[in-house]
Amino acid sequence: MKITRVVILMVGLVLVLGGVSHAGKDLDAVLKKGFIQTGVNGGVFGFGMPDEKGVWRGLDVDTARAVAAAVFGDASKVKFTPLTAQQRFTALQSGEIDLLTRNATRTLSRETQLGLNFVTVNYYDGQGFMVPKALGVKSARELDGATICVLPGTTTEQNAADFFRSNNMKWKPVVIESTTELAKTFFAGRCDVLTSDRSQLAGTRAIAPKPKDYVLLPEVISKEPLAPAVRHGDDQWRDIVDFSVLAMINAEELGITSKNVDQMLKSKDPVVQRFLGVVEGNGKALGLDEKWAYNIIKQVGNYGEVFERNVGVNTTLGLERGLNALWTKGGLMYSPPFK
Amino acid sequence: MSRGRSKSPIPENGILPSRVPPWRDPEKRALAFQLIVLLLVGTLSYILFSNTQANLERQSIATGFGFLDKEAGFEIGESLVDYSAADNYARALLVGALNTVKVSFVGIIFTIVIGAIIGIARLSSNWLVAKLAAIYIEVMQNIPVLLQLFFWYAIFYESFSSPRQALNPVSGVFLCNRGLIFAVPEAHAAHAWMGWAFLAALVIGYGLHRWGGKRQEQTGRSFPAVRIMIALCLLLPLAVWLGFGAPLNWDMPVLRGFNFSGGVTVSPEFSALLLGLVLYTGAFVAEIVRAGIQSVGKGQVEAAMAIGLRPGQVLHLVVLPQALRVIIPPLTSQMLNLTKNSSLAIAIGYADFVAVTNTTINQTGQAIEGVALIMLVYLFFSLSTSVFMNWYNKKMALVER
Amino acid sequence: MSDQAKNPPRDYLKPPMTEVGVLGWLRSNLFNTWYNSLLTVLVALLLWQLAPPFLKWAFFDSAWNTAPEVCYESEGACWSVVSKNINFIIFGFFPDGQQWRPGLSMLLLLGLVFYSRDRNHWRRSLGVYWLIGLSVMGTLMYGGVFGMPVVETAQWSGLPLTFMLSFFGMVAAYPLGVLLALGRRSRMPAIKSLCVIYIELIRGVPLISLLFMSSIMFPLFLPEGVTIDKVLRAQAAIILFTAAYIAEVVRGGLQAMPRGQFEAADALGLTYNQTMRLIILPQALKIVIPPTVGILLSAFKDTSLVVIIALYDVLKTTKVSLSNPKWTGFSTEAYIFLAVLYFICCYAMSSYSRRLEKELHTGH
Repeated sequence: MKITRVVILMVGLVLVLGGVSHAGKDLDAVLKKGFIQTGVNGGVFGFGMPDEKGVWRGLDVDTARAVAAAVFGDASKVKFTPLTAQQRFTALQSGEIDLLTRNATRTLSRETQLGLNFVTVNYYDGQGFMVPKALGVKSARELDGATICVLPGTTTEQNAADFFRSNNMKWKPVVIESTTELAKTFFAGRCDVLTSDRSQLAGTRAIAPKPKDYVLLPEVISKEPLAPAVRHGDDQWRDIVDFSVLAMINAEELGITSKNVDQMLKSKDPVVQRFLGVVEGNGKALGLDEKWAYNIIKQVGNYGEVFERNVGVNTTLGLERGLNALWTKGGLMYSPPFK
Repeated sequence: MSRGRSKSPIPENGILPSRVPPWRDPEKRALAFQLIVLLLVGTLSYILFSNTQANLERQSIATGFGFLDKEAGFEIGESLVDYSAADNYARALLVGALNTVKVSFVGIIFTIVIGAIIGIARLSSNWLVAKLAAIYIEVMQNIPVLLQLFFWYAIFYESFSSPRQALNPVSGVFLCNRGLIFAVPEAHAAHAWMGWAFLAALVIGYGLHRWGGKRQEQTGRSFPAVRIMIALCLLLPLAVWLGFGAPLNWDMPVLRGFNFSGGVTVSPEFSALLLGLVLYTGAFVAEIVRAGIQSVGKGQVEAAMAIGLRPGQVLHLVVLPQALRVIIPPLTSQMLNLTKNSSLAIAIGYADFVAVTNTTINQTGQAIEGVALIMLVYLFFSLSTSVFMNWYNKKMALVER
Repeated sequence: MSDQAKNPPRDYLKPPMTEVGVLGWLRSNLFNTWYNSLLTVLVALLLWQLAPPFLKWAFFDSAWNTAPEVCYESEGACWSVVSKNINFIIFGFFPDGQQWRPGLSMLLLLGLVFYSRDRNHWRRSLGVYWLIGLSVMGTLMYGGVFGMPVVETAQWSGLPLTFMLSFFGMVAAYPLGVLLALGRRSRMPAIKSLCVIYIELIRGVPLISLLFMSSIMFPLFLPEGVTIDKVLRAQAAIILFTAAYIAEVVRGGLQAMPRGQFEAADALGLTYNQTMRLIILPQALKIVIPPTVGILLSAFKDTSLVVIIALYDVLKTTKVSLSNPKWTGFSTEAYIFLAVLYFICCYAMSSYSRRLEKELHTGH
């Protein structure tokens, strides 16, 4: 009797400390809590990192804010948990976080074996190589025998190993957990080559002492569609996250920005009217307020705005839109109709 | 307490019953208490175990050590044995474990040397030297070792130049941000024989030492066994080498393509880790050495001088044996600390066991097996070191007659 | 004095110049033998070589509170990386206008620690002061009263997190360690072996493996849907780790107790609990105070390892500040700042432990 009582007590204590979330009812749990717990990177400038004042900034962070704006009508109802590459999937599986926006690559095994649902990609990337111009290297196939700095990540190391093996070349890796440390070792000449997602390479080049001394090699050795993820079991929650990302893309297609969204409410265009909830229906279908898309655009902005604000050409990273341009402009960003 | 008494009053004849109620019997109480604790621990482990099982099944994470056979698919920067990305995880983990052994072994040797030097310097009659040693000890002991590692690594790659402008102080030795590269003699059949000769010299020397000791006990005449042993260790391999016709071809490092090929390379990651660990642990060892030397009474030295021992003999026969007895136990725990702290390698990119396991966990998702492996390997290191040190400690312990 | 007054003044020999004063001191402390002289000269030369460039870099040529662009131009140290990011480095995510609260809490903690240094203050009332102090600190940090907005524990980061992890690590680990030590000395075989296994297991593995366990394995131990905060899990790992080391130190103290103490207590008819509580522990814990402070010191330094599992302690906030492209090149300066910060805390603790050791070492 005594033992069972103690056990019950201990379990109760754990429950009190932890709080229970009902799996399969992720949306209910989020609504009850009143905020979305989001896993982010915490160390990648432009995607997920706190600024000098401790305010989270980045493309991934803004994606999470957009979901909060859709669910609560308030983009600030979101809390961030910085996670290492190792922790991120466990944290989502165990219910520690409700949403993962941590530049994670969508792959088949993650979707199936880890029980995750990736939604619409919010950044298309691919792994590449960066070398100092002085080396005179023009192609990745000339890198036999090189020492290569590998940015932390689960697929990067393997991709590089695969590439060198398939081309019968030897290399020496230098693997460091922290992005900053690794970039610094590369600039100091500890390695000949830096390999990572090309967005990060560009970002790294931007912070080099002399950015013009470094070139990106033309080869792209992998596809890295970076997408937010939720766990299996709550389709409504998945839909909401998915369409929150799509709403930002759709808004850019429709030319709606955070600045003109109030005027657009008066638009006569039925597509815009449906999108912004002037003509009702979309919100009810998702189980959200009819103003959900309006809230996203008003409080966070459309995809183009978010991109330019965090990683675009006028930021320190200075990334071109490239693959992440709208489909109408030669990119891959494409939204299904909102009806 | 008193309730028990009121329940079983003293019988009228005044003789206490020989049976003590079980809850007052210390032995039975102890038994019950242990049972309860064991049950609690058992239940808790069962709950954790079944939860884990359920979670693993639900998340369809593979279990067991089957992954060890699979292809690792990642490269490792430095390795004592042959390794490529096509090898399996077991081999990758072996490489990591050997790298841990390498840095710990070299680190322990350097730490003892540095610690002894600084510890003696701390006691120096030279004010400047003593103060500097004291400052060194204070500063190193009071800064987290992780921070020191970050610092040294930054120094290493920031202050040396690229391979093409490598420093070349002596022919065959290059210093650049790829590390220290130096020439080694080319592999030759003679080397194995030289190794055997060295071993043989050690064995002979040990035998001589035993014999000399016995003879001294019986006749009182001393025998310079140690000096003969050192001479043997140098001369025997040399003789073998000469016997093979003195083969000497240097494997010179040459700058080819991106990096030096040939020779032996000491990487900056290894050097930074080694330096950080040695300087940090050395400060603790210095304090231990100082305390050990100070623990030997002044009277011991004076008495030794009085019976006419030379200063070298005073140190060797009187001070050191006594000081070592005080030094060894804390020294053991410092060695273990160094080994365990070498796991911080992951922060500066040295491929030690934890770093390799970390990558393995990332790729396979099998966190439980990975963490269990880390713990097992370090437990093995710790236990084997303490077994060895206990043996040594026993050998050095005071023999009271 | 009176002797001198009586006797007529004589020509006393003055001590030779080389035995007293600066020269004498130099002679006896720096140049007493030929090799000491050589050492002195060598060391002095080395210092002469190293010190001026360092001073030039650290002080004369350095930038103290400038934009990063100024630092790129300058030859000296760029302390601006610290001063411009100081709020984030120290307070992390604590909201901007509220940062006086953790600041005040830390001052309060320092005050309490300072007050507790004096052994004359070690009375029952000290415990009460600490309780009051801790609840005031907790209220200050969490807020929710007196018009202070609520700041959740997830936002406690930077230096307060470092202090919190180490302080609660120490406070919770201590009783656990004492229990483990008693268990290890127990006559009950099951208890003893459990404690021995625990202590040796924990002491045999690096802290980082326990932190890994808390961060990636622990969620798998819990029933579905139950989660425990990351910081709390790391805190638990630190407590479990520190407790094993404290247990070994306390065991040393217990072993040092003469048998007579146990026998005398038995003779008085004291129970096990009474013997331990009234006779053995007060003495044993007293003699192990200095090594315990040593353990606590390393626990404080070890909290820096949580940076590896992405907790925002003061080392992590510094590294995040360095991740900002504007400040990437100035890690040396930031690390030196941190080193000084840690050094001050640790040095205060270690010199206090030495003083205690001297004070307590009165018996012989």
